[in-house]
Amino acid sequence: MDELRTRARELLESGKVQLVIGYEQGSGGKTRPAFVENPEKTDSLIFDSRCIQNLAVYVTKSEVRKKGRPAIVASVPVLRSLIQLASENQINDDTLVIIGITPGLELIEFKTLKEVGSFLEQYSLELDARDKEMICKLDGMEPALRWKLWMETLEPCFKCYACRAACPLCYCTRCTVECNQPQWLPVASHLLGNLEWHIMRAMHMAGRCTDCGSCANACPVGIPLTLLTRKIMLDANLNFGQTGPSLTSGNIMSVFRPEDRDNFIK
Amino acid sequence: MENYIIQNGSLENLFDALVAGGKTMIAPRLKNGKILFGKVESFSEISQDFIQTAQSAKEAFFPRTEKLFGYTCSKNKIVLEDVDPEMFPEVILWGIRPCDAKSLVPLKKIFNWDTGDQIFNRRVEKTTVISFSCQQSDEFCFCTSAGGGPGSTEGSDILFTVMGTDGYMAEVLSEKGKQILDLNSGLFSKAESHTNKDQFLAAIPVRFSREEVSKKLASYFDSGIWENQSLRCMGCGACAFVCPSCACFDIQDESHGNRGTRLRCWDSCGFSLFTQHTSGHNPREKQSQRWRQRLLHKFAYMPERLSVYGCTGCGRCSRACPVDMNILQHLISIQEVDHA
Repeated sequence: MDELRTRARELLESGKVQLVIGYEQGSGGKTRPAFVENPEKTDSLIFDSRCIQNLAVYVTKSEVRKKGRPAIVASVPVLRSLIQLASENQINDDTLVIIGITPGLELIEFKTLKEVGSFLEQYSLELDARDKEMICKLDGMEPALRWKLWMETLEPCFKCYACRAACPLCYCTRCTVECNQPQWLPVASHLLGNLEWHIMRAMHMAGRCTDCGSCANACPVGIPLTLLTRKIMLDANLNFGQTGPSLTSGNIMSVFRPEDRDNFIK
Repeated sequence: MENYIIQNGSLENLFDALVAGGKTMIAPRLKNGKILFGKVESFSEISQDFIQTAQSAKEAFFPRTEKLFGYTCSKNKIVLEDVDPEMFPEVILWGIRPCDAKSLVPLKKIFNWDTGDQIFNRRVEKTTVISFSCQQSDEFCFCTSAGGGPGSTEGSDILFTVMGTDGYMAEVLSEKGKQILDLNSGLFSKAESHTNKDQFLAAIPVRFSREEVSKKLASYFDSGIWENQSLRCMGCGACAFVCPSCACFDIQDESHGNRGTRLRCWDSCGFSLFTQHTSGHNPREKQSQRWRQRLLHKFAYMPERLSVYGCTGCGRCSRACPVDMNILQHLISIQEVDHA
């Protein structure tokens, strides 16, 4: 913790950054995002296992960008999102300074995003056995029963779009759901509207989602949103060998390779 | 009105009698790992041990999607089909907290500001509110700073307060409540005059003065506090959608060929699109301006225009916020520090 605070303080004092995006103690025993501009205030920064909200969501926000160059406290899930953002040309080495945190809670320096990419190679993005089992179970269900399950699960959704807001990769300033002349998707949060929204969101994540879980954590009505994104991750892996974000390989849905499977064309 | 006692075991009998009477019972129950309101058919489905539900009960009066009318277009004319409010079900809202019941006061004022909203009003008329006072609270609760309290009766038709093993004290507060009492009189006995519920209520300290906050807000429009408080806000609508008294909505048409319906859908001042003009100009282009609007609407504009505050202190927005925008902390900061 002291090391993190010292590093943040040095970065602010040296003028290398104007803002540190990190975590501080919040209410209800939880932590919350912190934006520190004053080197005197870096003592409020903390990092522990409760810091699961993905801070990469802030690096594309205009209000945050306006503050100047930020340093970002980044654990492995945040680092993955930063790599994905870089691969989509949303950030580059000049945009920010990364204060990396290893799974063992050690501070780690990165000079470039390329170094981040190399560091992440040892943490392959794979679903754990429990998630795979759950997805297999859903895949094996009778379609009618699976439909019923999803209808019931999505019923409480009132389209507050917290899932979208919490996702670092949902950075569009105008979303398809907000186009209402014509309506691309139903605006209302009835069953069809909810179903279409969640399918659309998950499909936009194909080959991009880094499985940080922020969407599901943000949902005020407890919808297990990662079931959708993980299913798509599994498909991306099976069909295209995608194993996680990469600075060089591009996104499966926007890059054509001659060896890509075409067995879906009938 | 008079106070009554119902024995612990008889509460279920009352519930069963109300269900048997054919009314739709909406109560808190577990879904997706959260306590949410929904239709229940048996007493055992109801969640009992919770401080506050994740979602408010306002959907009983103000559903997230409400059909306003249908339409059919033909060559020379458009035929409108009104919604028949008599088709709305008779609803019993069971197990809501006093802070949710109290939200009926601002909601009624908003929907009757000038022209009364027939659909909303009919839903209110067809709903009976059976609330339960609070024995527990958490750090997000601030009803006592919002003009209410853990045993507040505003908005309820019957308020139950559990008195340990001595049963529930029932305060029958309206004609609707009295009807339930009369139809189930065998389950109730008259409370003795000295029965006092106060000792059975949660202790919730007053944390700020809303009148003082309201007065200060008048000079805070251009304050830097809004950006400081809202930099972490991600601009979702979770706070507004779980709020029992947020009432903003959007109007949408859903058409299929020459037929369609006009819908009222929940909306939130936290969304950037909320104030976006057709020209592209947005008077609230930044999240800080939208956060300011949220607080000013509840604590300055509503008291000024409707003589009622737009917050009942349920604390849901703070509990639901993915980034811990704790409204109570922000309000205390407004009262205590000079940000003008």
